[in-house]
Amino acid sequence: MSETAVTQHIPLASDSLQKETTTMNLGPTHPATHGVFQNILELSGEKILNAEQTVGYIHRAFEKLAERRPLYQITTLTDRLNYCSSPINNMGWHLTCEKLLGVKTPKRVDYLRVIIMELARMSDHIICNSIVGVDTGAFTGFLYVMQYRELIYEIYEEVCGSRLTTNMGRIGGFERNFNDIAFQKLEKFIAEFPAGWQEFENLFNRSRIFMERTQGGGPLSAEMALKYSVTGPNLRAAGVDYDVRVAQPYSSYEDFDFKIPVGTTGDNYDRFMVRNGEMWESLSIIKQAYQKVQEFKGTEADVFHADAPEYYLPEKKDVYTKMEALIWHFKIVMGEIEIPKGEVYHAVEGGNGELGFYLISDGGRTPYRLHFRRPCFIYYQVYKEIVKGSMLSDAIVTLSSLNLIAGEMDA
Amino acid sequence: MTLTNEIVKQKLKEKFGEEITEWEEGYGLLSCKVPNALNLKVLQFLHDDDNLQFGFLTDICAVHYPEKTGEELAVVYHLHNLPQNIRLRLKVYADIKKPEVYTATSLFPGANWMERETYDFYGVLFLGHPDLRRILNVEEMDYFPMRKEFPLEDQSRIDKDDDMFGRGGSFS
Amino acid sequence: MSDIIYTGRPVRFNNKVKTVEAPPGIEGEGFFVTKLSEVVGLGRKNSLWPLPFATSCCGIEFMATMASHYDLARFGSERVGFSPRQCDLLMVMGTIAKKMGPVLKQVYLQMAEPRWVIAVGACASSGGIFDTYSVLQGIDQVIPVDVYVPGCPPRPEAILDGFMKIQDLVGAESIRRRGSPQYTALLGEYGIQ
Repeated sequence: MSETAVTQHIPLASDSLQKETTTMNLGPTHPATHGVFQNILELSGEKILNAEQTVGYIHRAFEKLAERRPLYQITTLTDRLNYCSSPINNMGWHLTCEKLLGVKTPKRVDYLRVIIMELARMSDHIICNSIVGVDTGAFTGFLYVMQYRELIYEIYEEVCGSRLTTNMGRIGGFERNFNDIAFQKLEKFIAEFPAGWQEFENLFNRSRIFMERTQGGGPLSAEMALKYSVTGPNLRAAGVDYDVRVAQPYSSYEDFDFKIPVGTTGDNYDRFMVRNGEMWESLSIIKQAYQKVQEFKGTEADVFHADAPEYYLPEKKDVYTKMEALIWHFKIVMGEIEIPKGEVYHAVEGGNGELGFYLISDGGRTPYRLHFRRPCFIYYQVYKEIVKGSMLSDAIVTLSSLNLIAGEMDA
Repeated sequence: MTLTNEIVKQKLKEKFGEEITEWEEGYGLLSCKVPNALNLKVLQFLHDDDNLQFGFLTDICAVHYPEKTGEELAVVYHLHNLPQNIRLRLKVYADIKKPEVYTATSLFPGANWMERETYDFYGVLFLGHPDLRRILNVEEMDYFPMRKEFPLEDQSRIDKDDDMFGRGGSFS
Repeated sequence: MSDIIYTGRPVRFNNKVKTVEAPPGIEGEGFFVTKLSEVVGLGRKNSLWPLPFATSCCGIEFMATMASHYDLARFGSERVGFSPRQCDLLMVMGTIAKKMGPVLKQVYLQMAEPRWVIAVGACASSGGIFDTYSVLQGIDQVIPVDVYVPGCPPRPEAILDGFMKIQDLVGAESIRRRGSPQYTALLGEYGIQ
C-alpha cells in the first residue's frame, strides 16, 4: 500500500506521560470519512497536533478521458464530479459549451435550468447537514429528510429519466419539455418541504447539545479562507459574501431576488447555518422561477431549447423525414460539429463553491484540454490548518461539515 | 475607479513593458503570456498593487503543446479580483526538458495542492514548493499521464479486444 | 396471522405478518429435524451484517437504499458495521482506483469466514465508464466476488435485488464449502491463503 503521507512524531513536554505524539490513521475507509480520503493525525492524547492528508483514492482521470470524448459525451463525466448535485455540473458544462459556441438560450430554458440547479443544490445541502447531524450522533434527522431527496429524485426522473447521475439537458436546453407530471411533483415538493425542514431545524438549530458540539469547532477566518482559495458555503460561513450566481450571473440568475447567508466565525455551526439559510433561499428561487415559467403561455410554453441546429439534436420525426435534420443528426452524433478554436473559462456556483470549466478547443472533435476547477480539492488543503489543536471528535464533525465529496476531489 | 480589462492591461504594460506579450481577450477574459522568470513578480505585483488587488487565486493548471518546441508545457493561472469582480488569465511557458516554474505558494497558500496536481499530471517542477510529490496518482508511477504521448487506457490489460472496441484502427 | 384486538385503545398493527417458511424436515411433538446447513443458512441470510464500502456515486444510492423509502433493514441488515472483523457481507459500491485496490484487499482479508462480496455498480463490476490508467477494471481483479449488480448507479431496487440474490446464496450454501479444495483454489488464484 502506498503510504504517501508520512508524518514525524512531534516530541512533547518532558514531564508528560507520552514522550512523543501518537500517529493515527483516519484511513480511507472509515465510517466518518464520507468518501475516500485519508488523514494521518499526530495525536497528543485526544488533541490533534498535526494532520497530513492523502487524496487520490478515487482518481478516475476525468481530464484525460475528456480529451477523447466529443462534447456530448463529456456530460456523463461531469455528472460524476459532485454526484450529490449532478445537474449543476451538467448545466455548468452546457453553459461552458454554449459560451464557446455562442449559443444563446431562451428565457424559459434559463428559468427551467434555474429550477433544476436549485433543486440540486438543496439535495446536496440536505445530505451535508443531515450527515453533520449523524456525526454528532443524531441519526433520526438523516432518516427524516432523506425522504425529500426522494421527492427531488422523482422530479429528475420525470425530466431526464435518471435519479442520481442525471446527464440532464443538452447544449442549448433540455432534451424534452417538462410535462405536467413534473410540474405536479415540483408543486408537491414545494408544498411539503418547508414543514419537513422546519422540523429538522427545530431539532438542531437551537438544540443546546448540537450548538455546544459544533460551535467553536474548525474555525476558518476570512483571510485564511481567501488565501486558500476556498469558495462556496465554507467561504460564506467565514464572512465573505462571494457567490458566483451574483458575481457573474449565468442562466438569468440576475432576474431573481435572493439573499446570500453569511456567517461570522466560519466554525462548524456557521457552516451548518449557512447551508440551512441557502436552502431556504433556494426554495424561494424555485418558487419565483416556477411562477415565471408559468407566465409563458401558448407556443412560448413549448420552448425548451435554443434554436441551434448545429449543436442540438433534431427531433426524431424530423430525422426520419427531412434531409437537413438527418445530416445534422449524423454530424452531431459522430461528433463532427464545428467547434471554434478558443479558450473559455466558465464558472458556476456548485454545491461546494465555484465549479469552473477551463476548456481549450483547437477546432477538433474533442477538447484539446479540459480542466475542472474543483472546489472540494482546493479547500481540503485548509482542513489541516483548522483542525490543529482540536479534539479528535471535533475533527470528525469538521470533516463532515466541510462537505467533501470524493468524486469532486479526485476527478 | 472601477477596474476594467483596459486598465489592468495598461497597468501591467506600465510596470513590465514588453515582457508580457500575447494579449488576448477571449469571451471577456483578459489573458496574457508572462515570461517564465517573471511569473512570481507579476503575481506579486497583481496581488499587492492597491488598484489591481488580484488577491484570489482561482486555479492553476497546465497544458501540453507538443508542437511548440522549447515551450511545450504551459502553466495557466486564473486570478480573480473579488471586490471589483475582474478575472485575469496568465500563461507561463516552460521547456519540457527543463520544466521549472517558480512556485506561487509563498503568495497564495492555496496553490500548494494545485501545483502538486500540475506536477503529478505534467511533470512541471515548481521551484520552492514545500512538498512537491504526487497527489492523485499512485506514488510509484514513473510517468506523467496527462502529457499527450501517453495513452488513456491501462496498457497492461490482456483481456480487452481492441478491434471490438474500435481501437484497432486509426479512429481516434 | 394474529387477530387479537386489544379493546380500549385504538392500536393499529400489522395483521399481515409473513413468517419465513420452514425448511423441509421432519416434525414431531417438540422436535423438528432438518439439515444443519438449512437452519444455519436460514439464520445467516436473514441477519446479514453488511459493510458498506462506499467510494463514490453508488454510495449515495446505497444511502437512499438504507433510508426509509427503500429500507434495507427489512431484510435483516439493520446493523451496518464498519469494521470488517464484525461483518459478513462486503458491499463494494463505487469505483475502485488502483490506489485503493490494496486497501480493499486488506479489508477483505480481515473479514472472517463465511464472507460474501457484492459488487454494486458498473465501476466495481468491471471498471464502468472509466477505462483509464488509474481505475481498477473490476474488483474481481483483487478479491473474489459473489454477486454483481450492474447499473450506473443501480436503482435502489436493483441493489435490493442483488442483496436478495446474496441471501439466496447464503441460504443454499453447504456447511463444508469454506474448507473445500475448490474454495481454497479460488482464494489461491487471488493470492489469499
